[in-house]
Amino acid sequence: MSSSNHIVPLNIYIKVLSALLVLTVLTVAVAQMDFGVFNVLIAMGIATVKATLVLLFFMHLKYDNKLFLVIFLTGVFFLIVLFLFCEFDIITRIPENSVL
Amino acid sequence: MTTVEAKTHKVAHHFDSADQEKAASKLGIWLFLCTEILMFGGLFVGYALYKRMYPDIFLQGSTFLDWKLGALNTVVLLVSSLTMALSIYYAQKGKNSKSTTCLWITLLCGFIFMGVKYIEYSHKLHLGLAPGDFFSYTETTTLKGLPLYFSFYYCMTGLHGSHVLAGMVLIFWLIIRSHKKHFGPSYYTPLECVGLFWHLVDLIWIYLFPLLYLVE
Repeated sequence: MSSSNHIVPLNIYIKVLSALLVLTVLTVAVAQMDFGVFNVLIAMGIATVKATLVLLFFMHLKYDNKLFLVIFLTGVFFLIVLFLFCEFDIITRIPENSVL
Repeated sequence: MTTVEAKTHKVAHHFDSADQEKAASKLGIWLFLCTEILMFGGLFVGYALYKRMYPDIFLQGSTFLDWKLGALNTVVLLVSSLTMALSIYYAQKGKNSKSTTCLWITLLCGFIFMGVKYIEYSHKLHLGLAPGDFFSYTETTTLKGLPLYFSFYYCMTGLHGSHVLAGMVLIFWLIIRSHKKHFGPSYYTPLECVGLFWHLVDLIWIYLFPLLYLVE
């Protein structure tokens, strides 16, 4: 197993930060508008784009050993499993019998 | 520009090469980050479920938060992530003093973040918007379940804030080692490992900011 000693060029770091700042402005801007049920999806979508930029460039996942990417995605996968099972539990409850 | 080579780092005897040692260290950090995602994840899932059940409470709760302070903290953390990455970049290039300066800026950003958090917390506690049983805010328009929102608020930002503090202590440790010229092109593993942790803290804030401050 090895780990990359790749040096990411300085201008890529600057570009990534600029993109992150623009996306932060966008997050605040879309929060002022109403897209109905899509509000949360749009906010989480932008946050995920930002997170991906941080992961790929600041955390070097784009250049590094892909095992690290697999470990990270495993964590995210089980987080989604946790979320879905909890959702199914709540959604499938019968209101009359539930204490919620 | 001074380009002092790092003091030669001695590879621990149970590793074949410096490269293998570094890969093993980073593997450990990534596994740790995985547990961090799942720890914060529990709070995120709880937030999602309760937000759907009681949207009014979360909407009212978020009106007590100033999104401008949240946005400021977002920018501060993003910039600190850049300077953290740059300290590794300069270490890789053998520019020790620039690398150290970047670490100092990162630490400063940590202080700014915690300063803003202190302003936010003290303002809320002053109003009586305290966690759990200590909640004492009473206005006629207040929803009965408002403490629910603030329980999430304090748990999520509190756990995140304690991670920022831990990161600041680690960065201070890096600064001391950097001043002793421990890092250079051939050895900068501690910078990378603490950097990964610091970026994860930034990553979590990227999600916390819209969820807590920009509820619609």
